[in-house]
Amino acid sequence: MLLNQFLLLGAFLFAAGVYGVVTRRNSVLVLMSVELMLAAVNVNLVAFSAYLHTVAGQTFALFVLTIAAAEVGVGLAMILLIYRNLSSSDLDDVDVLKG
Amino acid sequence: MIAENVAFGIIAAAMAIGAIGVVRTQNVVHAALFLVVVLAGAAAQYILLGAEFVAWVQVLVYIGAVIVLFLFGIMLTRAPMHPTEPMDNNLRIWALLPSGLLAIVLGGLLVDAFGRDKIHLTAPTANVEITNSIFRVYLVPFEVVGVLLLAALIGAVVLARKD
Repeated sequence: MLLNQFLLLGAFLFAAGVYGVVTRRNSVLVLMSVELMLAAVNVNLVAFSAYLHTVAGQTFALFVLTIAAAEVGVGLAMILLIYRNLSSSDLDDVDVLKG
Repeated sequence: MIAENVAFGIIAAAMAIGAIGVVRTQNVVHAALFLVVVLAGAAAQYILLGAEFVAWVQVLVYIGAVIVLFLFGIMLTRAPMHPTEPMDNNLRIWALLPSGLLAIVLGGLLVDAFGRDKIHLTAPTANVEITNSIFRVYLVPFEVVGVLLLAALIGAVVLARKD
């Protein structure tokens, strides 16, 4: 297996995540796109771990996984709060600070 | 060798379709289910790379917990199943610019840097190596992550609580 096939897959997933973050209006969908980007990073870490024959990459992947879980928890709590205050989870409606 | 590459190709194609589905579908629940495809595909790739422990943690944490959390989020925010207005904003064409540019630049850079470097897999990573890595080399970051999880837990409860 080539190292690059995994890295290019990761690059594609990351680019798809960026596209989702820019285009999506629903905040839950934006969070899902962020999750896509984190998965791309994990693919890269594990691929490099296999390439360099060191287990550090896999340890880092586990740390990223933990952070991602924490991020989703706090993110959804914030979305819930936004929904409760604005009766909408549409990010275009969150414009209180707009001049 | 060939079997590995065929398996990679199939899983990667499924992941690519899933990723496009996550960012393009107009149904929120379908997006969550497409995300399951991507994350399960990532777990399969980890097994292909000999990282069994990370693969199963991925299945447990992501598919088991995070997706359920997403579905709860969809349910609690009453996301429309059959939306009257599109789920995307009017930046669809413009969003292709940064993401396409990123994919092209990153892809070109990777091809330039790593060319045809091969991964020589010996044996799957033993769990004992990962435990040694976490609990010896990266013990302090591990503890910090524990504290961070606690902080995130309390933060989520404080934010979501009704009072």
